[in-house]
Amino acid sequence: MIQDMLQSSPGLGNFVIFFILGLVLLLIVLGFVTFSILAERKVMGYIQLRHGPNQVGGRWGLLQTVADVLKLLLKEDIIPKLADRPLFILAPIIAFAPSFMVLATIPFTENFQFADLNVGLLYYVAISGMTVFGVLLGGWASNNKYSLLGGARATAQMISYEIPLVMSVLGVILLSGSLNLNEIVEAQKNGWFILLQPIGFIVFFIASVAELSRTPFDLPESESELVAGYHTEYTGFRWAFFMLAEYVYLFAMSALITVLFLGGWMAPFGFLDFIPGSVWFSIKFFFVLFVYLWLRSTFPRMRADKLMEFAWKVLLPIALGNIFLTALIKSLFF
Amino acid sequence: MELLNIYQNNYLIVFVFLCLGVLLPVVALYLGKLLRPHKPSEAKLTTYESGVEPFHDSRVQFNVRYYIFALMFVIFDVETVFLYPWAVAYDKLGVFALIEMLIFVVMLLIGLVYAWKKKVLRWI
Repeated sequence: MIQDMLQSSPGLGNFVIFFILGLVLLLIVLGFVTFSILAERKVMGYIQLRHGPNQVGGRWGLLQTVADVLKLLLKEDIIPKLADRPLFILAPIIAFAPSFMVLATIPFTENFQFADLNVGLLYYVAISGMTVFGVLLGGWASNNKYSLLGGARATAQMISYEIPLVMSVLGVILLSGSLNLNEIVEAQKNGWFILLQPIGFIVFFIASVAELSRTPFDLPESESELVAGYHTEYTGFRWAFFMLAEYVYLFAMSALITVLFLGGWMAPFGFLDFIPGSVWFSIKFFFVLFVYLWLRSTFPRMRADKLMEFAWKVLLPIALGNIFLTALIKSLFF
Repeated sequence: MELLNIYQNNYLIVFVFLCLGVLLPVVALYLGKLLRPHKPSEAKLTTYESGVEPFHDSRVQFNVRYYIFALMFVIFDVETVFLYPWAVAYDKLGVFALIEMLIFVVMLLIGLVYAWKKKVLRWI
């Protein structure tokens, strides 16, 4: 259906239909965020030999996050007197909007994709970089020492790790010869890029954990030193939107890794083709997601000085070397 | 004509996603306003500073290190802007472009090594 829509001339009718479809995706993503927070707490609970939430909503605590969101909705909204009011209000919106925008281009299965952009990968990287503005503005507008430090730290970390992140995908682009995410998946017919690009994958994965600012790289909001980092002064739903942006990015990044390195919706072996692509995509997607949750409860937090050095002195040279190694192998053997 | 339509529709979708991304916070915050209490008091509106009365402005002079990292980010981000089209068109460009790009990257790497030796990358 979307294919026909895409070929018709754009107009207000198309806008309304896309809007409704986008709204459906938004609701799915919100549902996903609700349960991924629960999953995170459950997984962390069992890894730490306790039960996690098990009171609200039956044995599995299924309604725990719903109750948390309702509580946030009813919380008083406090804007400090010294804060820069317009920027303070604007910051969570700037942080959240790009996290949802990046989902527009991710192909979930061969038929279920919104915008089939030719510059899909570049679009993802460019738009996801915008969140830094929201974080920095939030820290600045709060006029709080912890917020400002947290905001500056988050910005320094995100821009430092963005370089290895974008450099490590260059190997994938070299092998597939396209920035279109659909064509990148098609190019993995004979072998997933995790096998052809092991170095690129490891660098990408480490940098993506830092971009998501999850443990071991969660320095922007290290509660033992900075209270809560850039969102110290935020309460209620404004704070919720910073958190929501983080979890929507978790969704987007897991989907992107599935698409770039794990073959997207394709079956690992030809004879397993009878299982639909959506099932394969979900299996891979949830596996990547689980690894993120697993990492969080396994690793201690890194030190701030080691964090920055690691990005520039280790990841960046490795990523650059990987590009030329890939280019060389491609000219010699393909 | 058909290609143009597809192109325009794809970016219409991107625009729709931008609208949704902005509308969700605005609508949610507006609806929340109807539900949540609003009782400001002097103490609530002060800035948090671990229970101490906040003193002078928090926007003070900043460590210059952040600025240097931002500068390095710009340099290497521009490099990736050049690397992306090169990687896409690599099949057609061949080995000559590989050597050209190698020279370009090595020149920037000299900058990285210089920064490294000057101990700019060390975070104290």
